[in-house]
Amino acid sequence: MSYGTWIMLTGSLVGVSCGIIGCFLILRKMAMLADAISHTVLLGIVLAYLVSHSLEGIYMLVGAGIIGLLTAFLVQVLHSSGVQSDAAIGVVFTSLFAFGVILLSAFAGKVHLDVNHALMGEITFIPWNTLTIGGMDLGPSAVWMLGTVLIINLILIFLFYKEIKISSFDPAMATAIGIPVMFIHYLLMSMVSITTVASFDSVGAILVVAMLIVPGATAYLLTDKLLAMLIISAVIGVISAIGGYYAALVWNISISGSMASIAGLIFAATFILSPRYGLLSKLLARKSLITE
Amino acid sequence: MNPIQVSNLTVAYDRKPVLQEVTFQMPEGKLIGVVGPNGAGKSTLIKAILGLVPKASGSVEIYGKSYRTQRKLVGYVPQRGSVDWDFPTNALDVVLMGRYGHVGWFRRPGKKDTAIAMQALDKVGMKEYADRQISQLSGGQQQRVFLARALAQDATVYFMDEPFVGVDAATEKAIISLLNELKAQGKTVLVVHHDLQTVKEYFDWTLLLNKQKIALGPTEEVFTVENLQKTYGGRLAFLDSQVSPSYVVQP
Ligand SMILES: Nc1ncnc2c1ncn2[C@@H]1O[C@H](COP(=O)(O)OP(=O)(O)OP(=O)(O)O)[C@@H](O)[C@H]1O
Ligand SMILES: [Mg+2]
Repeated sequence: MSYGTWIMLTGSLVGVSCGIIGCFLILRKMAMLADAISHTVLLGIVLAYLVSHSLEGIYMLVGAGIIGLLTAFLVQVLHSSGVQSDAAIGVVFTSLFAFGVILLSAFAGKVHLDVNHALMGEITFIPWNTLTIGGMDLGPSAVWMLGTVLIINLILIFLFYKEIKISSFDPAMATAIGIPVMFIHYLLMSMVSITTVASFDSVGAILVVAMLIVPGATAYLLTDKLLAMLIISAVIGVISAIGGYYAALVWNISISGSMASIAGLIFAATFILSPRYGLLSKLLARKSLITE
Repeated sequence: MNPIQVSNLTVAYDRKPVLQEVTFQMPEGKLIGVVGPNGAGKSTLIKAILGLVPKASGSVEIYGKSYRTQRKLVGYVPQRGSVDWDFPTNALDVVLMGRYGHVGWFRRPGKKDTAIAMQALDKVGMKEYADRQISQLSGGQQQRVFLARALAQDATVYFMDEPFVGVDAATEKAIISLLNELKAQGKTVLVVHHDLQTVKEYFDWTLLLNKQKIALGPTEEVFTVENLQKTYGGRLAFLDSQVSPSYVVQP
């Protein structure tokens, strides 16, 4: 496959994974927690490296998963002991992230990672960092990692779909009928963590947050059905990735930045034009009411 | 055996006790009203019975066993404001959630569940709204969807938190006859209720609650001026010296 195809495939995988998981974050009003996790996983990556002395994907996923869960757990603990939830997120976010940055700078010589790279990502180099097993070149390792994470996410969502749905809509009812709401919460947070860390290296933390929030927020304006929202969000993720790549080629700009911008543009267009909830349709409806 | 047995139940949020040493047994096959002022702990009582808030002490039994093992016997109608009605889903889907407890892990509700859910919607007069996005329902219609969801749970004991809030008089009558139908099937229905004027008309038994149990028994026995004064304190103004006609609860 060509260089461009790999990049678009990588971006699309990020778009689909983040787009789907992002819907649940929006519906559960946890966008801020996702933002926090997407940063604190840095600590997980550094710790995973210090323990394993390797930058293999699997160690990263485990490290990020653990720290992601720890973030969600600490936020929960602070919140349930009376700290406001946004303050709780702020405290946990900054302390864990800062700790990650300190570790990173202390061991900077040994770890091939820098903060800038982690935050901004560099999708441009993806195609050259390939996975080789037994001398066979299997394509970019980022694609393998993102593909694995996407499959894990899809399987978990498929298995726990109705549990995730009811505990997002009505946690009290869910608890009453015996669904382990906290388990579902941490399951989702683990999915956010591994999705983030897999996407981290290719598009960077800040743009992961964009992909987590923007496609889901757009899909929310376009449909009244949960399943449709998940699919639309994934499709918007893919369109942003492919459109972003071509836009970057044409204007010679940062690829991941351009992908996030396309997602933003799609949201803006939807916000104005959406047939149901868009500004335009609301204005028109009001006008037709007045003239009637 | 008693459908609901609560013993020495104490519940506290942030160490401040909201329910103190509440003990009662509910009889089977009755419509039971729970009344008390705002903040009396009515919702908290239901939540504690259903295990939604931790108990500081005491125990709850549904037909002689702990709630955990009896979940399938219990149906729940939460206060309408407890969920986000902008959630992307329709009325039928919400009612189907009443089936989730019966469906079990890793399985989807099937045709039979959908049929039960449609039947429940029909019973509350909401069949035509099955496909309607829930945010596009009126408050009273949303309340009826919640009721239908509880019906779909096909329970033996029901807990309903203010099911009449925001519904019109005709719907209220329809709901009451529905509850009487459940009662006729031998089911026990506990309803948190605010309108003191209709208590005598609607409920066989009444629980008067204000942090503690004030009284529980057949409505005509416990729904007295004295008990109401104990429950509502000075906030109850009598428009009539008789118990039956009308009271006004002042905020
Ligand atoms: N999650 C909570 N955290 C802290 N205090 C709470 C919580 N929920 C309820 N309370 C307090 O517990 C008391 C009882 O509340 P509850 O909701 O059970 O009252 P209620 O009888 O249902 O009132 P209403 O008629 O207004 O519905 C109130 O004083 C309330 O402020
Ligand atoms: Mg209440």
